[in-house]
Formats: sequence, C-alpha cells, structure tokens
Amino acid sequence: MTTDVLRVQDLVVHYHTPLGAVRAADHITFTLRAEERLGLAGESGSGKSTMALAILRMIKPPGRIEAGEVWLEGINVMTLPEEEMRRVRLARIAMIPQGSMNSLNPVMRIKAQIVDALKDHGVRLSARQAEDRVRDLLQSVGLQPQVAEMYPHELSGGMKQRACIAIAISLRPKVIIADEPTSALDVVVQKQVMETLARVQKELEASVILVGHDMGLVAQFVNRLGVMYAGKLVEVSPVRDIFTKPLHPYTQMLIASLPSLEQKGTFRGIPGLAPLLRDLPPGCAFHPRCPQALDRCRTEAPQFKEARPDSWAACHLL
Amino acid sequence: MATLLEARHLTKVFGGGVFDRNTTVALEDFAISIDSDRPSITAVVGESGSGKTTLARLLLGLATPTRGEVLYLGRDLQKMTQTEMRTFRRDVQVIFQDPYEVYNPFYRVDHVLTTPVSKFKLASTKAEARVVIEEALKAVGLRPEETLGRFPHQLSGGQRQRVMVARALLLRPRLILADEPVSMVDASLRATILASLRAMTLECGISIIYITHDLATAYQISENIVVLYRGSVAEAGDVECVVKRPQHPYTQLLISSIPMASAERTWSSESEAAPGVQAAGTAGCRFADRCPSATAPCLQTAPPLFQTEPHRAVACYLYQNAPTLATGEMVRVFTGLATPTKGISGQPGSGEAQHAGV
Repeated sequence: MTTDVLRVQDLVVHYHTPLGAVRAADHITFTLRAEERLGLAGESGSGKSTMALAILRMIKPPGRIEAGEVWLEGINVMTLPEEEMRRVRLARIAMIPQGSMNSLNPVMRIKAQIVDALKDHGVRLSARQAEDRVRDLLQSVGLQPQVAEMYPHELSGGMKQRACIAIAISLRPKVIIADEPTSALDVVVQKQVMETLARVQKELEASVILVGHDMGLVAQFVNRLGVMYAGKLVEVSPVRDIFTKPLHPYTQMLIASLPSLEQKGTFRGIPGLAPLLRDLPPGCAFHPRCPQALDRCRTEAPQFKEARPDSWAACHLL
Repeated sequence: MATLLEARHLTKVFGGGVFDRNTTVALEDFAISIDSDRPSITAVVGESGSGKTTLARLLLGLATPTRGEVLYLGRDLQKMTQTEMRTFRRDVQVIFQDPYEVYNPFYRVDHVLTTPVSKFKLASTKAEARVVIEEALKAVGLRPEETLGRFPHQLSGGQRQRVMVARALLLRPRLILADEPVSMVDASLRATILASLRAMTLECGISIIYITHDLATAYQISENIVVLYRGSVAEAGDVECVVKRPQHPYTQLLISSIPMASAERTWSSESEAAPGVQAAGTAGCRFADRCPSATAPCLQTAPPLFQTEPHRAVACYLYQNAPTLATGEMVRVFTGLATPTKGISGQPGSGEAQHAGV
C-alpha cells in the first residue's frame, strides 16, 4: 500500500476585501502519495494557486488561512512556528512558482543564486564544494556547467525555468509544488521542461503537485488529477479514469471544451461564467451552469465522497 | 477572382543600421492572398519569435516592410491616398492579443464602440448608433444592458475580448485579422468565442486571418494553415493534411509536442536536443540546426516550397522530387471554404446573468 506524504484536510482560505470575504479555497481535502504526481487543474479564479501557496503557508494579507490542517511526514505544518516553517520550505516542500523564470535576480549569476538558497538553509560549503554542488544540480536539470557563470538574461526562457527547478531541488525536497511551471513557454520547450521535471522527480523519489489550467499538459504529466471549481475540489480521480469516465458534470464539460487535434468540431464551450468567489450561489456552486442540476443542487452543497474506488467527487448525481 | 488582400515577397528586417551588424530577419519572403468573393479562415501558426505578430503589423500597415508589399484591392498600403486608407481601415479590422491593454481604463467600454460609429458615420442619430452597437454585442453573445456603461475592469477577460470582436463586427469589415484572440480566455469560454468568429465567416462573409500559437484551435476553426518557423514558411496547406500528417520535420516536432488531454495519446518519450541558436537570416534552412534529417544542402541554401500534394506545400529538401512553387504561388495549395461545420458550438450569453451586479 502506498503511503501518504502530504495530507491536506479541510483547508479554508479567505481573502478579506472591502466587499466581503472571497472564498478562494473552501474545505479542500486531498492526499499526496509517495512518488506520486498529482495535478490540480481548474480555470482562472478557481483557487488552484491559492491552494499551492496555502500548503506552504505563503498566503499574504488580505488572504488568511481560516482553518485546516496540512500534514507532512507526521507534522501538521499549520502549527509550526514561522521560523521552523521557513526551514521546511525548500528543504521539505519546494515550490516552483508561476512565472518563476522572471523571479531570478537579474544582477546575480545563476551559481550565486543557487548557493544563496543553500546557505540560507544552513548548508555550509567551501567554494570548491559549492562549485561541485552547483554543477551537479545544473546537470540534473540538463543544463551545461557554463550556465553557472551566466546571468539570467543570457538564458532562454526554458533554460531559466530549468535553473529555477535546479534551485527548487537543491535540498532534495520530498514534495515539489509546481504552479504553472511552463506558462509562457513554447510547446516544444514546454515538453522539454516537463521532461526535466519528471526526471528529477524520479531521481529524488519526490512527489509532485502540478498546478495548471492546461488540462492537456496536466494530463500528460500526472497520475491523479484533481479538478477545482469556484474554490472547491469537485473531483479527484486517476488520470485515465477522469478522461474516459469523468464523474462530475463540470469535469465532463471542461474536457468537452478542449479542442482536439484528432477530430474537427468536437469542442464546445461551457455556457455561462464562473461565479464570483465572494458571491457564490447557494448549494452547489456549479448548479447555474450545470445541465443536469436537480432542485437539491440549488440549496444543498454536495459532499466530497468516494464515488468509485479511488475516485472522489462532490455531486448530488453520484 | 478578385483579391482582397495580398502580400508579395514580404520581408521585415529589424536592426541593421550603418553601424549595427546585428540584424534580425523577422519575416522573409512571405506571400499570401485572401480572396474577396470566397470568405475563408486562414490560420498562421508559429512559436514565439516566428514572426506572427510582425506579419500582423505588416498586413495592417502598422509597420513598413523592408522589402515587398501589401496590396489591398490592388493598391499598395504604403502608397495609398488618405481616402483609400480610410476605406482600408474600415474594411480590415483587427482583434489584438491582449484584452487588458486595448482599453483606456478611464473610459467606459462604450467608448471603443461609439468611436468607430462616429468616425465612420455608421449612424446618423444617437438612437440609431445604440441599435447598431447592441446588435454587434448580441452577435458575440453579450447582453448590451450588462455590458454598456461598464468600465473595462468590471468585465472579465473573456467579456473584454468579446467586446473587441463586437467592435470589429460593427464596421462590417471584409477581413478580420485576429492575433491570438483567445489567449487570455479559459478553455470553457474559448470555444464560445471561436464559434462566434467562425459564425462571422459563414454568416457575414467575413474572411479571417487567425494568428495563433495554438495548433489545436487553429485546426478546429480554419480551412488552411501556414506554419511559420523563424520568419519562413515551413509548411502550408489544407489543415487536415498538415495537422493529421505533418511532413516538415518542424511541423512534426511541433505536433508531437502538444500535450493532449486524453488518456490514449501520450507524449512520445524521447525528446530532441535543446533548441538551436542559428542566427536568423543566415543561409540555409532555418530549421537545419534542430532537424534530425538535415543534410549538407540544408545548410547551404534555404529550401523552396515543394508541392508534395495538391493541397500542401513543404519547404524541405526531403521532398525535393516534388514540383517547386514560387513563394507567391503558395496560396495555390489552399482549399476552398468547407461547407458549414457541424461542430463548434456553445451558447454565448446564456448564464451571463450571474455576472450582473458586479
């Protein structure tokens, strides 16, 4: 039986705005298994990035984690003092944030940026050791040793993204959270970066949470896929099942909206718009757009339950 | 057969002043023509840096070609009189990539719709103008009462992009140039907007040049496709041929790299070497440094277009036994407009009500 590396239990995140609380993550519960690749997909504003940040306790005001637990190797990280949490980040859970390639410091060489992260986490290295470590890290993400001496502007987008992966894996974390790691990259480069990520994940025997809006990309990478809608996890299923027999109507319609390369005229939009997170409809948040909505859906929010072995969904139809 | 818009030997070189040795050939010897009596959707697909946006700017007359010319109804854009330019500006509309940047945040969205109405005198009274605007909004699935009077920040990205489509429609143009019109839109809405673009061609007889990096949507809405690679045409022709059975090694690489949302189709495991860095504008095939089948001739002279099939042209020496086509003849491989598609649908507009009261 596989063991769970990370368990998220009833996580609630609200952003407090003058117009009221925005419920960006609403009682999210899921587990991440050892050496598993889990996807979190959803449209913009569905709460995916909030989830990623909340696991690392990096939600900034006006956002606040209202409730919930995040268990990592037997510790609820929500209860850790801030200084200890800071040490958990990067060492145990590393994050590759959205647009991270633009987060590299433009006036520091790549080597200095990698060593910086190591030093900050208490790794003491001689100049020689640092050099070796940087070379190994760059090699593991498929970059030439010369890159160590380069500045970010000398690298292409894909190379910068790989440099960020090198920083993320520098302390051999058990969990890597990648939030849209390839947005703004061309498809050919995107594929290469994802392959790099897959390779380092195997080498480190780490687990990965891949957050993304591109269902196609997520589908190619993960073992299990979670779909978010309006701050809620509506379905988590093994990736093969989710594309062959999706449980939740939203998942079904989202998959139907993807343009195919195989057959013409096979994609259709979902009528309507996603609701505002600070003004959610009562009952199931998807009911105004759901063609199969029942009376019950308008008043009562569905429970997130196991509808089929290893497949969880929140829908009254199940 | 009259030609609406035609580009001949279009080349754009950036840089290269007297002291500047670094020149970038953004587009090289490109040719296309759009028929005036047969509406069509032509997709131009390429990665970033392939010259897509340069092409759009050249076709709109917003940039001056280094060599070659763009003709609208037989007149060179660069030599047009003011009156001719006005007609061109009315007949050829553009939908830009970024729905956030095209609006002035201080004006209500009505502004982008009323300005063309008054500039081009589409209505004589205010009431008439209102009717024209409302019709255009309805055509893209927006409810006028929920859209007009709002400021840009009160609309979602998708709504903003649809207002731009409405603005383009308002002028009853003959050609729309759509540069990544759905780049900012979620999957569920993307299909709806593309459906309204497609409907414009079928119902209003408006031709569309659809510029995108997304091969999947290009495949879904267009009849013909042009694949650009670093400013040159790699492959062109009927979209079914090109996407289903790509012949150029670059098109093959591109299509195999697209992640598809299906359990069956998986990424092929092995991947080619890192992208090459061959300077653009050097002799030889632009793709040679990344190409698995490159041979000596590929490095010396750039391949011409070979017509490998009635509806396909490929710029690759692998097909050198096929007859060559001059660049200007590329459009000969294009197919006519297919009969109305069965396919893409979506119910624009329905359910917008929840968004009211923002």
